[in-house]
Amino acid sequence: MIRFSDVVVRYPRAEQPAVDGVSFEAGRGAITALVGPNGSGKSTLVGALLRLQERAAGAIAIDDASLDSLDRRAFARRVAVVTQREALVFPLPVREYVALGRYPHEGAWRAAGPADVAAQGRAIGLAGIEPLADRRTHELSGGEWQRVRIARALAQGGDALVLDEPTTFLDIAHEMAMFELFARLAHDGMAVLLVSHQLNLVARFADQMVLLDKGRVAAAGAPSAVMQASVLEPVYDWPLVVTHDPAVGAPALLPLRGRGP
Amino acid sequence: MRRFFWPLAILALVVLVVAGVVWGAVPLSARAIAAAVMGHGDPNTVAIVRALRLPRVALAVLVGAALGMSGGALQGSLRNALAEPYLLGVSGGAAVGAVVVVSLGLASPFVLPLGAFAGAALAIVAAIGAARAAGGRADPRVLLMAGVVIGAFANAAIMVLLADAPADTVRGALWWMMGSVAGADWTQVRWLALYTAVGGAALLAMGRDIDLLALGEESAAGLGVDAERAGRTVYLVSSLLAAATVAAAGLVGFVGLVVPHMVRAAGLRRHRPLLVGSAVLGAALVVSADLVARVAHPPADLPLGAVTALVGVPFFLIQLRRFA
Repeated sequence: MIRFSDVVVRYPRAEQPAVDGVSFEAGRGAITALVGPNGSGKSTLVGALLRLQERAAGAIAIDDASLDSLDRRAFARRVAVVTQREALVFPLPVREYVALGRYPHEGAWRAAGPADVAAQGRAIGLAGIEPLADRRTHELSGGEWQRVRIARALAQGGDALVLDEPTTFLDIAHEMAMFELFARLAHDGMAVLLVSHQLNLVARFADQMVLLDKGRVAAAGAPSAVMQASVLEPVYDWPLVVTHDPAVGAPALLPLRGRGP
Repeated sequence: MRRFFWPLAILALVVLVVAGVVWGAVPLSARAIAAAVMGHGDPNTVAIVRALRLPRVALAVLVGAALGMSGGALQGSLRNALAEPYLLGVSGGAAVGAVVVVSLGLASPFVLPLGAFAGAALAIVAAIGAARAAGGRADPRVLLMAGVVIGAFANAAIMVLLADAPADTVRGALWWMMGSVAGADWTQVRWLALYTAVGGAALLAMGRDIDLLALGEESAAGLGVDAERAGRTVYLVSSLLAAATVAAAGLVGFVGLVVPHMVRAAGLRRHRPLLVGSAVLGAALVVSADLVARVAHPPADLPLGAVTALVGVPFFLIQLRRFA
């Protein structure tokens, strides 16, 4: 479980805080979706979780431990983060890349033991990348690379997974497969915190949505509560309608044509 | 490829070291040399072998090993295939220090290395300080740019310093900038051995951190590394390691750039084996370059830095295919 309480993050020289008093909880066994327009503070919040952005105020807790009481490796044993972008300058075989996920357990010197090998194997199986395991990272397509990155995160062996826009560059099949994977991980008891722009997919898969606007929580709750035109329109500043998808019964958002000529 | 790397690299180094001791201006029999290494036989032969050839080869081994490790660590932690200590202002800073010492008329074998080391250390501190002041946090690009710019400034400073210097000073400074292990003595070897052991051990201890830094600062942070601090430490240690070689042997270019790529091409990718491999191959490269430098154009020695670049450039051009 990851809990944000009144988190404030301020960039130097910026007038407004990028994150201004955000509170919510991403619980176990559920997908929590963090949505909002570009620049609403989603990735900044992930940065604060990774302690790459300093918090000006507020607290972050992992289960019952405060983030500040955990050293970086202890954090990485509990929470795995798949960041928005990652490009390797020097390619690695997929197996070696996934094995890097065991660093939080191995530290600087301990050699990989049976538990580490087992965790890698389980991660490769869960992410469904067995056919890729003997390839090298620069030979993978965008969708394959994202799966391999998730496998590395799963090898960390924690029970919380944070994903920052994991399906941005993926086609429909790869994107759906990815969301199915998140659903399975949540079903198996993980806390999945998903930053995404794919509101319609999120509405179908997430248990909870948190809508950010200019660094504040504009709405939070079940997808049916957040996916309302009256809630979304002012935040995204674009005319839209929300209907119900006749096939799957989930709320579906449809942006309207522009107001211009 | 990977299976054969270690036996081949170590064999190459051993053969080259033996050749480096056997081959020289005065032809000596292998038996006489073997006896001389142990301190027996003709006193002249003992002097040539123990006071000239052995320290020269030993210094070449250390310079190559230190530059190889320095380059491997910098490329990984800065996530840049072009990163090497010389690109980052170490050579420029060291050269400024040396030129200042030479133009002050203090160019004794004792003071010159101190000046070079001080100049290099100053350039490193300036680069790290500039990157911190810029607020780049863990972004290696900021550190890289700061280093490159400090290097450019140092090169300009050298030209200004040499502009109206007497011809002797210019010659001395140029000669030093071309790099050489010809004047090696055991004191130099001992100092550089100490630096290489300490610096190399520090980089090896951070080997896994460098593996993660190579993924990018965000991913490294997510896996439990303090990317900003680890990146800065690797930069500092690798640059100081290179600065120590510059103080001992002048500028020996290209080793730090090209050797880690050769090791990667052989299939060593995790940084701990990569750094050890770069040390072995770097040593082999500098010993062989020194061999070429002393036999190619007798009785004059070719500049060592020129030979390493002559060997390194064709290899790097072949390697370009891997990046294309």
